[in-house]
Amino acid sequence: MSEPLRGVIVSHSAVAQALVSAVAAITGVSDALIPVSNDGCDGGALGARLATAIGDRPALLFVDLPGGSCLTSSVRLARGKTNVAVVTGVNLAMLLDFVFHRDLPPAEAARRAAEAGARAIRTPAA
Amino acid sequence: MSIVLYRIDDRLIHGQVVVGWGQPLRAGFIVLVDDMVRASEWEQDLYRMGVPSHIEVVFASTAEAAQRLPEWEADPRTGIVLAGTISTMAALCADHRVKRINVGGLHHQPGRSERLRYVYLSDSEAEQLRQLAARGIEITAQDVPTAPAVPLTEFT
Repeated sequence: MSEPLRGVIVSHSAVAQALVSAVAAITGVSDALIPVSNDGCDGGALGARLATAIGDRPALLFVDLPGGSCLTSSVRLARGKTNVAVVTGVNLAMLLDFVFHRDLPPAEAARRAAEAGARAIRTPAA
Repeated sequence: MSIVLYRIDDRLIHGQVVVGWGQPLRAGFIVLVDDMVRASEWEQDLYRMGVPSHIEVVFASTAEAAQRLPEWEADPRTGIVLAGTISTMAALCADHRVKRINVGGLHHQPGRSERLRYVYLSDSEAEQLRQLAARGIEITAQDVPTAPAVPLTEFT
């Protein structure tokens, strides 16, 4: 069996850490996700933080916004790597799905995360 | 309108620029001045992803920007000029009357020390800013519009 994917949440401020805490509180899974904040980083420093978080393991990068420094650093890092993929617009629903489906290839896991995240965005009647 | 914000920010186009400044200023275009980004279509696509479609993004080398600044200053839309380094912004100021420069984000690198939470400078970079100020350019540090503008003398 191949190594399970590592999820790395890349965010502004403390969003990533808060999401990791929420996933652990809901699922009890505490070893699937790593938070990375862009606080105090230029692009190079954030790239270094991401490289450290990923190591040489296959990974899916969950980025908060579909633009900006978190995205640019993540895409630069993933460029040319088949074992690293990126999905943007991270939300709790996609992370909850991810921690139980970490055995997928990175690109497939990214598509699945995007679908799971999108399904959670609704406008329920009050 | 014209160029309402000349900003030094090593993250170039990111949330603070597009949302923090771009929304209240109602920016119509952003000029990203960076020789490396200008030479890479791939990097340009990456930066475009963070910008809504109603804002035009122009990628320029330092030399191109120095040449086209009068054209952008005359544009009826509101514009933002971004440079990732003090040297790049200084080059733009060499032949043009730039009234104000916003230092929006220069982060930690070897040789730099912390001046503000979001501004790290080497001694030579601080001197570069002082030289620009000596030419009559108002230089302040301010990451987002709602934060106080910090005068140059308080962070160099």
